[in-house]
Amino acid sequence: MTPAHVTVAGLTIEAQTDDGSTLVIVDDVSFSIEKGQVLALIGESGSGKTTIALSLLGHVRPGARIVGGSVRLGDQEITALDMAQLRSLRGNRIAYVAQSAAAAFNPSRTVMDQVIEPALAHRIMQRPAAQAKAVALFGALGLPNPGKIGERYPHQLSGGQLQRLMAAMALITGPELIIFDEPTTALDVTTQIGVLQAFRSAVRDLGTTAVYVSHDLAVVAQMADHIVVLNKGRIREAGTTDQILHAPRDDYTRTLMAAARPVPTTGPAESDTARPLLQVDGLTAGYGKVDARGVPAIPVLHDLSFSLQRGEILGVIGESGSGKSTLARAIAGLLPPARGAVRLDGRTLPPGLAGRCRDQFRQIQIVFQNADVALNPAHSVGEILRRPLAFYHGLRGTAADARVAELLDRTRLPGTLADRRCTDLSGGQKQRVNLARALAAGPDLILCDEVTSALDTVVGAAILDLLAELRQELGIAMMFISHDISTVRAICDDVMVLYAGHAVDQGPRSAYAAPPSHPYTDMLIASVPEMRTDWLPDGAGALALPPIGGIDDSAALCSFLPRCPSRITGRCDRAFPPHRQLLSGNAILCHLEEHELRGSRQHAEAR
Amino acid sequence: MASPISAGSSGTRKIAIMIAGRIGLAFVTLFLVSLIVFAISDLLPGDAAQEALGQSATPAQVAALRHEMGLDRPAHVRFGGWITGLAGGDAGTSLVANMPVGEIISQRLPNSLLLAAFTALVSVPLALSIGIASAMNRGGRLDRALNIATLSMVALPEFLVATLAVLIFSVHLRWLPSISMVPEDAGWGEMFQSFAMPVGALTVVVVAQMARMTRAAVVDQLDRPYVEMALLKGLSRRAIIVSHVLPNAVGPIVNAMALSMSYLLGGAIIVETIFNYPGLASLMVNAVTSRDMPLLQACAMIFCSVYLLLMLIADVVAILANPRLRTA
Repeated sequence: MTPAHVTVAGLTIEAQTDDGSTLVIVDDVSFSIEKGQVLALIGESGSGKTTIALSLLGHVRPGARIVGGSVRLGDQEITALDMAQLRSLRGNRIAYVAQSAAAAFNPSRTVMDQVIEPALAHRIMQRPAAQAKAVALFGALGLPNPGKIGERYPHQLSGGQLQRLMAAMALITGPELIIFDEPTTALDVTTQIGVLQAFRSAVRDLGTTAVYVSHDLAVVAQMADHIVVLNKGRIREAGTTDQILHAPRDDYTRTLMAAARPVPTTGPAESDTARPLLQVDGLTAGYGKVDARGVPAIPVLHDLSFSLQRGEILGVIGESGSGKSTLARAIAGLLPPARGAVRLDGRTLPPGLAGRCRDQFRQIQIVFQNADVALNPAHSVGEILRRPLAFYHGLRGTAADARVAELLDRTRLPGTLADRRCTDLSGGQKQRVNLARALAAGPDLILCDEVTSALDTVVGAAILDLLAELRQELGIAMMFISHDISTVRAICDDVMVLYAGHAVDQGPRSAYAAPPSHPYTDMLIASVPEMRTDWLPDGAGALALPPIGGIDDSAALCSFLPRCPSRITGRCDRAFPPHRQLLSGNAILCHLEEHELRGSRQHAEAR
Repeated sequence: MASPISAGSSGTRKIAIMIAGRIGLAFVTLFLVSLIVFAISDLLPGDAAQEALGQSATPAQVAALRHEMGLDRPAHVRFGGWITGLAGGDAGTSLVANMPVGEIISQRLPNSLLLAAFTALVSVPLALSIGIASAMNRGGRLDRALNIATLSMVALPEFLVATLAVLIFSVHLRWLPSISMVPEDAGWGEMFQSFAMPVGALTVVVVAQMARMTRAAVVDQLDRPYVEMALLKGLSRRAIIVSHVLPNAVGPIVNAMALSMSYLLGGAIIVETIFNYPGLASLMVNAVTSRDMPLLQACAMIFCSVYLLLMLIADVVAILANPRLRTA
């Protein structure tokens, strides 16, 4: 038997906490990787997966240190190397692909400069040879315009492009081991699929050994031969990808898998009140000066109309930049719309905050994505909750205390938390406090802006359960903004798909279960990784679209046209698409007839 | 480091427009400052006529001299005359020396600029090295030692530093002259001798702030993910600092330096006085004592212009170093 390429044995890493005590963050971890194989380290935040991955490069973050065990690459013991020896290894024989390429690229230098830097630093190639190799890698990784893209600066490129460029930077020296540290977590699903394809084919073609760190089992299923499941620094389970996916032995692995597939919840019985709680008509909003036709200089939302009944959840889905958060801001009055009306309970709301009365403020509450920054770190949980109680309901003293206890109980938080600062709380607890604060106002409508996106899967799933319970028991309506279509489909009654500020697809949840839908909806659904190993199609991730004639003035055309796999020359490049009502109940913004759409999801899946 | 100044033509044009706008704004600022300077100098008790004639002068004599000097005209007339003269390059005539102000200043300004330049030459590299060294050893022994050293430099008043220097190097060791008078045909040795102490004293004053700002700017960048990425690419610490951290930290560093440099011209008064150095700051103080308003106003305008120029340079450097501002 040949010795394994990478062997980690009894690895133990300790970290210094703020109060001076030590904490074991990696506890006696052992695994090995054969040459050319891909091993995935999977777990939630705090599982030690990134710490282990970095230790393969001989790197520990400040405050942590390796206290025991060994890390071997071939026959070299990495923990025994000095700085100079490590330096000659890093970016040369072992390469690293960081989680957020947008942050891991130096903003003030060109991409090409940074991509070829490892090759120059290790004196493997001269600059012209390195640049030629980089251009070849750009092409292989499916980057547009490989010859020129290197001249750009990071801020001029998209997240998906930067992530591919980071892979090119890792591959430039032809390393024998690559560490991928959550490389697609920050990307939209539609972008992730192409990046995953590019990574996989690059690693397979070169026969590189790789470690893939992720929290997402479905993503890992596409990339890895073996999976190591981690929790709180310990290995819970290790095995081949097939075995972990189909016959998980550990309870924790099963919890992870269950959380990744949210169970659909049902709403209250159809209320047949004629008057919806929230009604939005022809909402157009954006930034900058509004012209005579009521269109702002930088339009973000275009002519949105929808309504929401009491106790219903409307899911709003789209990729980053589609205008999801702007919609919440416009309804809440933080951004006065340029055109259109927002009606709450039949009454038209004043556009901005200035005209709204206290009761209108109370009725609509926002819960923001990042509870870390939404909660004042100088206040205790009790103070945070008492503020809206006093402001909206005049509650003080023992009455307020009783209500705080009730709210904590309602959000499944221990009552003792009231005196604690929110900086002491975990991510999930902070988001519950954030939610409790919205509930304290006694709202009719809660706008949830990506409330589970910053949380681990298991913690996020518990928050979703809580939301479903709140609407069931208190009859609160919610607008649930997310980029994750499987979450939205699980808890929402109606779904609206936003693309570049247009509602391209809207209808009841049931309408999304089967085709036809808008080509963009199909693309979104087809991009969500499934928990099977053969889901990701081969290729470098650059997909060929039907050719289209010269697109002259894209402002007056379908906004999805440049990316649409179903576009038709002569129809889609002529005029703005019409609203179309499909038999399944959803209304879409598309030129294609219902029978033409029917095949498009299969088309998207076959890609 | 690759040249960051490879902006396209649109970027260059944007910077040109920005600089033009800033220069326009600088003139507005200068005008407002001239108003304030004029108003304040008008508020000073007494005037040049009174100072020139002394205590024993009769009111009639003072009034006569006042008329001769043009001091009895209303304030707005005097301001109008002064500002139009200034715009045409004529700063007026000194009321005391009876010479054109421009001529007096042209004797002193080169001295001040020379002192400032030598101080910058010594203090900027020193501050950069101290700042980067302490940032790289954050929390370590060297960082703490440098921290204490720079703090005590800030805390020491410059007259104390200058006086101690004179005491040690001139009185006891007799190495350096206590008065800095540079002869016209001075050689390098003489130049060094006469500048060593004033430059040293000023360096102590300005280096601490620049070093601390450099440290803060570098530390801020060291925590960024791209620094860890550079480390994991196998770059040496030196390469990381020079080619990754500094291009991003240069904006705040240059700003701190420009602020410190602007101090070197007008703020050097104590050092100029102690070493009897014929610079602009002591000229301005003399102008205040003798109520020589045209001279005082001209000095104030020069200090203000230099300050605005340094700030403009700092902003342009910050923009050139940041591709997001350069090409956006």
